[in-house]
Amino acid sequence: MDKQLITLRVNGEVHELAIPVHKTLLEVLREDLHLTGTKHGCELGECGTCTVLVDGQPVLSCLALAVEWQHRDIVTVEGLADGPRPHPLQQAFAELGAAQCGYCIPGTLLTAKALLDHNPRPTRQEIKEALSGNLCRCTGYIKIIEAVERAAQRMAAQTAFAESAAR
Amino acid sequence: MLRLPPFTYYAPARIEDAVKILADYGPDAMVVAGGTDLYPNMKRRQFEPKIIVGLRQIRELHRINGDAKTGVTIGACVTLAEVSQHPAILASYRGLARAAGLVANPQIRHMGTLGGNLCVDTRCNYYDQTLFWRQALGYCLKKDGAICPVAPGSQRCWAVTSTDTAPVIIALRATLRLVSPRGERLVAASDFYRDDGIHYLNKEADEILTEILLPPIDGLKTTYWKLRRRGSFDFPVLGVAVALAQEGERCRDVRIVTGGVNSRPMEMTEAERILIGERITPDLIERVAQAVYRPVKALDNTDFVPLYRKKMAPVFVKRALRELLGWPIQETPDGHTSAAG
Repeated sequence: MDKQLITLRVNGEVHELAIPVHKTLLEVLREDLHLTGTKHGCELGECGTCTVLVDGQPVLSCLALAVEWQHRDIVTVEGLADGPRPHPLQQAFAELGAAQCGYCIPGTLLTAKALLDHNPRPTRQEIKEALSGNLCRCTGYIKIIEAVERAAQRMAAQTAFAESAAR
Repeated sequence: MLRLPPFTYYAPARIEDAVKILADYGPDAMVVAGGTDLYPNMKRRQFEPKIIVGLRQIRELHRINGDAKTGVTIGACVTLAEVSQHPAILASYRGLARAAGLVANPQIRHMGTLGGNLCVDTRCNYYDQTLFWRQALGYCLKKDGAICPVAPGSQRCWAVTSTDTAPVIIALRATLRLVSPRGERLVAASDFYRDDGIHYLNKEADEILTEILLPPIDGLKTTYWKLRRRGSFDFPVLGVAVALAQEGERCRDVRIVTGGVNSRPMEMTEAERILIGERITPDLIERVAQAVYRPVKALDNTDFVPLYRKKMAPVFVKRALRELLGWPIQETPDGHTSAAG
């Protein structure tokens, strides 16, 4: 079996690994880097639960070959919090009970982060469209959408505060 | 875990190198761009190539050049997200931007490419299943079996063309550039597809699709309508692309192409003939729409009952034409009724 030495940058940390070339990014994250926050669902690109960010965009780690995504900025759910402080999205999801069984939430949080990083004040329709690749079998999505809205409001307020403080 | 079968992976930096690897390994090798079609198929053991040639590292395949006046050239590895958001495509080749933006879901559009979508494997309820499922059924004609479960008396495979972008590319009269060890050739997009679920592309195994050449827009307006059960994820079970050029009240040129039915995208030439050169009226649009009913072949091998998909073809043609004419429509192009009315 062909093994290849690869370099992956995950949550700001650089990892050198020798892995079989046919391993997906999902498998390498979970089995080699033990970052089990990224979940495996359908593994065929039909659910979105394995979503991670690559260079700020949501992609499906189950359909990404680890060797193909070297030297890119990969962010998993483990990289979302700022030390002990949860990301505003995580805070809002917890407060509003947007995570029920929780299985889809790592992927949903990352997709929502990509949305808010590119569009800090999304409309409800834009949130729905951005999250349309993340299936949730528990919530009916309402709480998830409300949590993204709350996080967006808080992050916008923080940005406004930081900007006024800097002036 | 549903794992990929083992293979050897090459990531050439130049098209010439990719072509050489394909020539060296012959039918054991396959190319991959975004991977969102090939890798699920490999996990289901529909393909088990020994060699994979990744095109992602080839820079020139990621470029978009030109404008509506000169024509636009799109590299095969430009992602569907980029196609759907590119200013020149959005402004002048709107139907293509819309089709690319309706593929699957946001994650897949960030990974999947225009070249990959044009080459996407044909689909069927009896084929797009895990190895376990297909084994239990006794396989099908497209892979490992002798009989087509959709039409057991038939000698051919009826898997369905499932690309959203091909109908628009054909309606735009685009040209595709293919590169192989024998050099390169240009093929009209309409000649790229075959009405056969297994051999669905006029492309040799050692040829690589490198570029999509859109001609100058020349007054054409384009749109794409997509039928699917959910507003995300799903492949089209009917797609309708229309390109229309008007001269006053008359139709100067029109192309109507369906996808998601038949094994290849189909140009609706009879419907086009009814419209070209004529003064456009609601009655004429009705006649044009009815002319697509007969050539659309929908079989019971995708989502929705076939007769419904067939009946929706004229409906979508009518709505697409009305949209391009600026006439009122009550639905949105992904098949849902618009709240705004």
